[in-house]
Amino acid sequence: MLTLYIPMDSVACAVGADAVAAEFAAEAARRKLDINIIRTSSRGLFWLEPLLEVDTPQGRAGYREVSPEQVASLLDADLAANGEHLLSVGLVEELPYLKSQQRLLFARAGITSPLSLEHYLAHGGYQGLQHAARLSHDEIVAEVLESGLRGRGGAAFPAGIKWRTVRQAQAEQKYVVCNADEGDSGSFADRMLMEGDPFLLIEGMTIAGLAVGASRGYIYVRSEYAPAIAVLRQAIDIARAHGYLGEDVAHGGHEFDIEVREGAGAYICGEETSLLESVEGCRGTVRAKPPLPALHGLFGQPTLVHNVLSLASVPLILSRGAAWYRNFGMGRSLGTMAFQLAGNVRRGGLVERAFGLTLRELVFDYGGGTASGKPVKAVQLGGPLGAWIPPSQFDTPLDYEALAAIGAMLGHGGAVLCDDSLHLGQMARFAMQFCAEESCGKCTPCRIGSTRGVEVIERLLAAPDAAERQRQRALLDDLCDTMQYGSLCALGGMTPFPVQSAMRHFPADFGLESQEKAR
Amino acid sequence: MTTQEQEILSQLLQQYRDLPGALLPLLHAIQDAIGHVPDDAVPAIARTLNQSQAEVRGVISFYHDFRTTPPAAHSLRLCRAEACQSMGSEALAAQLRAQLGVDDHGHTADGQLELRPVYCLGACACAPALQLDGQLHARVTPEKLSALLASCSKEGQC
Repeated sequence: MLTLYIPMDSVACAVGADAVAAEFAAEAARRKLDINIIRTSSRGLFWLEPLLEVDTPQGRAGYREVSPEQVASLLDADLAANGEHLLSVGLVEELPYLKSQQRLLFARAGITSPLSLEHYLAHGGYQGLQHAARLSHDEIVAEVLESGLRGRGGAAFPAGIKWRTVRQAQAEQKYVVCNADEGDSGSFADRMLMEGDPFLLIEGMTIAGLAVGASRGYIYVRSEYAPAIAVLRQAIDIARAHGYLGEDVAHGGHEFDIEVREGAGAYICGEETSLLESVEGCRGTVRAKPPLPALHGLFGQPTLVHNVLSLASVPLILSRGAAWYRNFGMGRSLGTMAFQLAGNVRRGGLVERAFGLTLRELVFDYGGGTASGKPVKAVQLGGPLGAWIPPSQFDTPLDYEALAAIGAMLGHGGAVLCDDSLHLGQMARFAMQFCAEESCGKCTPCRIGSTRGVEVIERLLAAPDAAERQRQRALLDDLCDTMQYGSLCALGGMTPFPVQSAMRHFPADFGLESQEKAR
Repeated sequence: MTTQEQEILSQLLQQYRDLPGALLPLLHAIQDAIGHVPDDAVPAIARTLNQSQAEVRGVISFYHDFRTTPPAAHSLRLCRAEACQSMGSEALAAQLRAQLGVDDHGHTADGQLELRPVYCLGACACAPALQLDGQLHARVTPEKLSALLASCSKEGQC
């Protein structure tokens, strides 16, 4: 019997995967052919989606960008023997794009069916929790500390220190909160993981609950990700029905359960304290820190707040050991990072590699340059508040410290490419506009500063002469300084990054001379 | 509110009243069931959750998703974030202005379709993307957009 694998990832479906699966079923029925269609998660090679894979004696053979019209011709070809077809890409796991990756978090991506607990267990699932159950709380915390794991949400704070703080806090009730409000444009790793491997996140949160002594977990997911919310809710029910959540999760009498909370379209709720306010049912306004959420978090109780990928790293660290995990990466950036290639890129998708890969390798070796074929103008790294990086800086290694040294940041690992048709003066204006729309309004530098920022950039772009441009530029620099150092949280504090990096590297787009020339 | 809507509301209030941090899940549930959060539901919500009406209204207005008026028959959310911009989402927005006369946060003259900007749908590697009536579409071209609009008008609603 022919076994076909077709992703059910929402983006694969957005480019036709559902229609392809339906057509295969219909065409096979017409031909009275016995086929088995398995809906999997996505490999994250989105440039190939919808990617059909077929079981062959050599492994899974792939067919790219399949459309329903091509189903008949595919069935005419001898798929099971890796027969020739125009859309063939050969064995999927031999594709250089995939083969050169170091997939730890996304080891199951494209291989298993998201809601199959059986698949999850067969591919190493719940080994981390099993191991954790044999350790004391402090030993689990020590393992995470030893692994060198840093928060994957952007701030890169050492995870183990956070765990220890929550562990040592004295309280009747503690919480684990998963920040799944992946609002940064160009990022889709959380979405892929929640839709494609939900049990991994559930297992990570369960281990975290065990370690810090929390009995309740919340996953706060942005409303734009409706399919992820649906998958997570089903996965939680399945895990609970099989005793992986509930009153006795690790056969040691530990209670842990998870609830999914849906956001309501506010970008600021990705900031951890706003997110807590939102889970509490309030406006998502930022809280001043201290007190840290680790001591005074959700409903005033000690709370471990982590990003999706941070929590999803934990089962592997527990099952394979901290020392093994530390083998990946460089300097103080350990483990792997899920880089996400997006925008005007020829081969967009997910690239999981140890830290240390350069931006040039990411953009050209993996991405293949722009989709339009025009020269790459810049890459925005780390979401709408990340810096624009010109090709002259593409040899910077992708690690937290090296990027900070050039005034950029890795953030959530999203890299958005643009070709030379994008006007960075307009993008700088957009950054301020975005901040104005999404500001929670609590602090003045962010709320007023962003609105003023839009006005000043508009005046700068429309300035009639060099003298006026310099006046507006000085004002904008001053405003950026106020926002960066005066804002309560990263939204206002980082909006100057895309603005100032655009001005620094692409002065011509603002009608400015380069700083070097001016000096 | 109609009698039926009032019944739905009191049922939901009953269901959510004891949930910690109930307001957002409750508002979502009301909106899912009724299509919007009617303003005359606010006093009952506030009473049930022991909050002031100002607090409840503050939450409704803070979040982009909640609405206090009935939605149009079709909702189109076009992604305007950087990845989609770099692949032509502004041209799609211009096409909507030219073809339907509809702008961000606006609706068509017949009220059948409303357009909302959205900043990231997680389809950044297959940009540009949009959501039509909750359904995600990626690698959207001007032709594909026209076809999508035609498909909702064929149903006699757009």
